[in-house]
Amino acid sequence: MARPKRIRRVTNPPHYKGFRPIGVSENAHPVVLNYEEYEAIRLNDFELYNQLTASQIMGVSRPTYTRIYEAARRKVAQAFVNGQPIIFEGGKVYFDSDWYKCNTCGCYFNHPEKNKELSKCALCGSSTIGQVPDNHDHEIEDVCVCPWCGKEKINTHGTICLEETCPDCNCKMIRKVNIG
Amino acid sequence: MKVAITSTGNGPENKIDSRFGRCSYFAIYDTEINSTEYIPNPNKESVEGAGPAAVEFIASRGVKKVISGEFGAKVKPIFDQLCIQLVVLNDPEKSISDIISLLNQ
Repeated sequence: MARPKRIRRVTNPPHYKGFRPIGVSENAHPVVLNYEEYEAIRLNDFELYNQLTASQIMGVSRPTYTRIYEAARRKVAQAFVNGQPIIFEGGKVYFDSDWYKCNTCGCYFNHPEKNKELSKCALCGSSTIGQVPDNHDHEIEDVCVCPWCGKEKINTHGTICLEETCPDCNCKMIRKVNIG
Repeated sequence: MKVAITSTGNGPENKIDSRFGRCSYFAIYDTEINSTEYIPNPNKESVEGAGPAAVEFIASRGVKKVISGEFGAKVKPIFDQLCIQLVVLNDPEKSISDIISLLNQ
């Protein structure tokens, strides 16, 4: 059985359902753009992150991010050229928002409606709020393992395990399959 | 706007329930007409999935903000998807009327 897909983190889902071309008949077959593909375009072409940073934000590996982004661009091109509508739907994602803390009443709250500006506490309405730093709970952590002695090493983003050598027995390491 | 507060009882003098999915009552406060409705939590005794069931229950009432002591790991993505704001209040001594007066500040 193939390894299950890692769930992609989407911090900023679109607040509308899709796009429709002007001046074509209504019944054109729509292109379904997954939320993860929308997020990939947003991170790369709107926020102008590089692919490595964007992949870390979405909680997937860098090659997987490139595959998602590639699929997204192909779908957008297909819709543009053929005059098809685009619908945002589906994908293996979870939605995430950041936490804030109010210094007056001591409560924590999040802000799911990203398109609106956040200026005051959700409970007491005071403006003494601060963002709670992300504790990187969902940060991707790949582990390389030595096939001989079983020594494990955390893989850094952007490198592959096959290029790592085991510090003890000096042989090539392999990626440990961990399902997130 | 409707705000849901997890409550230990069905009156304004009752304290906030620190659990979300298995709280005793939901106090649903409407900020426009300044009234509160107390609804017993139907999923209190569920073996599993009380959190997501409570989200569904609350969302069906048109609530836009939820105040509780704690939220489980399963519910936050669902709330984010529904654009419902979460407020975590780590003060088990606050009563429902205290929270409503804080909201009206």
